[in-house]
Amino acid sequence: MTEERLIISRKTNNRFFIMIAVGAVLLIAGIIFAAAGGGAEHGAEGGHEAAAAGHEAASWSKRLFVNLWMNNVYFTGIALIGTFFVAVQYVAYAGWSVLIKRIPEALSYYLPIGGVLMLLIYLFGSHDIFHWTHEYLYDVNDPRYDPIIAGKSGYLNTAFFLIRMVVYFALWIFFFMWLRRESINEDLYGGTAYYHKSIRISAMFLVVFGITSSTSAWDWVLSIDTHWFSTMFGWYVFASWWVSGLAAITLTVIILKQNGYLRMVNANHLHDLGKFVFAFSIFWTYIWFSQFMLIWYANIPEESIYYLERLGGNGGHYKWIFFTNLLINFVFPFLVLMTRDAKRQMIMLKLVTIAILVGHWLDFYLMMMPGTMREGAGIGLIEIGTALLFLGIFLLAFTKGLTKASLVPLNHPFVEESVHHHV
Amino acid sequence: MNKKFVLGIYDDEDVLLHAIENIRATGTKIYDVFSPYPVHGIDDVLGIKRSRLPIVAFFCGITGTSFALWMQIWMLGFDWPMIIGGKPHIALPAFIPVTFELTVLFAAFGMVITFFIVSRLKPSLRVNVFDKRSTDDKFVMAIEVKDGVTDLSALNKLLRTNGAVEVNEKEVVK
Repeated sequence: MTEERLIISRKTNNRFFIMIAVGAVLLIAGIIFAAAGGGAEHGAEGGHEAAAAGHEAASWSKRLFVNLWMNNVYFTGIALIGTFFVAVQYVAYAGWSVLIKRIPEALSYYLPIGGVLMLLIYLFGSHDIFHWTHEYLYDVNDPRYDPIIAGKSGYLNTAFFLIRMVVYFALWIFFFMWLRRESINEDLYGGTAYYHKSIRISAMFLVVFGITSSTSAWDWVLSIDTHWFSTMFGWYVFASWWVSGLAAITLTVIILKQNGYLRMVNANHLHDLGKFVFAFSIFWTYIWFSQFMLIWYANIPEESIYYLERLGGNGGHYKWIFFTNLLINFVFPFLVLMTRDAKRQMIMLKLVTIAILVGHWLDFYLMMMPGTMREGAGIGLIEIGTALLFLGIFLLAFTKGLTKASLVPLNHPFVEESVHHHV
Repeated sequence: MNKKFVLGIYDDEDVLLHAIENIRATGTKIYDVFSPYPVHGIDDVLGIKRSRLPIVAFFCGITGTSFALWMQIWMLGFDWPMIIGGKPHIALPAFIPVTFELTVLFAAFGMVITFFIVSRLKPSLRVNVFDKRSTDDKFVMAIEVKDGVTDLSALNKLLRTNGAVEVNEKEVVK
C-alpha cells in the first residue's frame, strides 16, 4: 500500500483560525449585548421572569458558561466516538473499514483539549451550569435546603465529580494514545502482532467505554436536571454522540475524497458508512421514544416535568426545537437514506450528515438549556459564536491528527480486503 | 418439450467472471450460472437487473402503517372508546409500538410472499439440476442450444478458450 499524506494548506488552516476569530467576535458582541440588557436579546428578558419565579436570574455569564459546556460535551463526544469506532471495528475483525480507519483515529485528537476545557469550564462556571453545586442546598438550617438533592450528595459532590471527570479523560486519552501508537507502529514495522494487540486493547477500551459513556452522561448532562432521573439517559446521550460521530466520519471521508484523497475508497465504503448513519439515526429515535413513552404513559409528575419543560412549559419556548429535533434527526435521514442509491451518492450523504450534525447539536441544546436557562435561552450571537469557536478548535485538532500519519494504513492485515470491498 | 443446454464447467471464480464478460460480449446469451456460493459482482457481469423487491417492501410497509393506525384509531377511538390510564381515546404515542410492529410484519410477509410468487416457488416445483458439482466445488454456466441456430463446435471452442475445464451437453425435460 502506498502512503497517502494529507496536506493542509496554509489557506485552509487560516480558515480555521478565521472561524475561531469570527466565533470569538460574535461571542463577545453577544455578551456585550446581553450584558447591556438592551432587550434585543432574549436572555435579558427571560432573566427577570425566571428571577420572579424564584430561580436564579439567567445572566449573560450563565448563558455563556452553559453554551461553552454544551459545545464541549458535544465535541468531546464526537472525539470519543472516534476511538470507539476504531475499537468496534477491531473487535468485530472488520475488513471493510480499514481504508477509512485513520479518520476516526484522528477525531480523538480533540480529547485532551476537550478535557482541559471541561475542567476549566466547570471550575469557573459550575454554579451557572449545575444547580446541585450550591452549598446552601445541603444546609439543613437554610430555607433553600433541598432534601432530594442532599440525598444525592454521596454521588453528586464537587470532589467526586472532579475525580470522575479526570478519570474519564485519563482513561479515554490513555486508550486513544495506545491504539494510535499501535496503528502507527504497524505502518512503520508491519507484521500482524500490532493487529492482535490492538484487538486486546480495543476489548479493554470497550468495557471502559461502556461504563464511562453512561456515567459521564449522568454527570455532564443528566445532573443539570438534578431532581429528574431516567435510566435510559446514558444510552440516550451515547446514541446522540454515536450517530453524530458516524456523521462526522462519513462527512470527512466525502470531503477528503472530493479533494482527491482516499482514492481507493469507493461507493461500497460509502454505502456501509451510509448504512451506519441510517441505522443509528433510527437507533437514536428508538432510544428517544423508549424514554419518552414510558414517562408519558406513567405520567408521574416527577418524571413528566422533563417533557413539560420542553413542550408546554417555559412558555412553549422549546416546542419548536422539540419537534425539529425529531424531524431533522429521524424523519429526514430515514426518508432520504432509505434507498440503496442514496447511500452510495456523496451528495445525499453530505446532506444527511450535515443535517444530523446540526440536529444533534440541537439535541444537546434541548438536553441542557431548559434545565439551566429556562425561558431565557435563545439561539443568538452567543450560541452561534460559541459553536463556531468550538468547531474551529475541533477542526484544527482533527486535521492536525489527520496529517500526522498516512491517510491509508500501510500494513494493516485487512487493507487488501478493504480495497476490494464489495456490497 | 425437451431443451438442450451446453454446460461450461469452471473451477475458478475469477476465470468464471471474465468468461461471462467475454462470452456475453460475443452476443451469446447465457441461460444461467450455478455456483456453490454467492459470487461478488456476478450480477453485474451477467447483466441481471437489481431486484424490485425493496419497492414491494416499501409499499407493504406503508400498508402496514396505515392499517395499524386505522385499526387502533377506529377500535379505540370510535368503535369502543375506552379510557386507559387517563389518556385521550386516540393517544398516538401509545399506538406507535403496534404501528411499528405491523409495519415490519407487513413488509416482511409481503416480501416473502411476493418472492415466492415471482420466482414460482411452490411445493410441486421441479428443479433441473444441470450438474451436481455446482453444489460442491464447480461453477456451471448453462447456455441454451437452439436447433439449427447454435453452432455447437463454435460454442465449445468459445467456452474452452475462456477457461472452461469441461464442456458438456445436457437435455432437460421441461
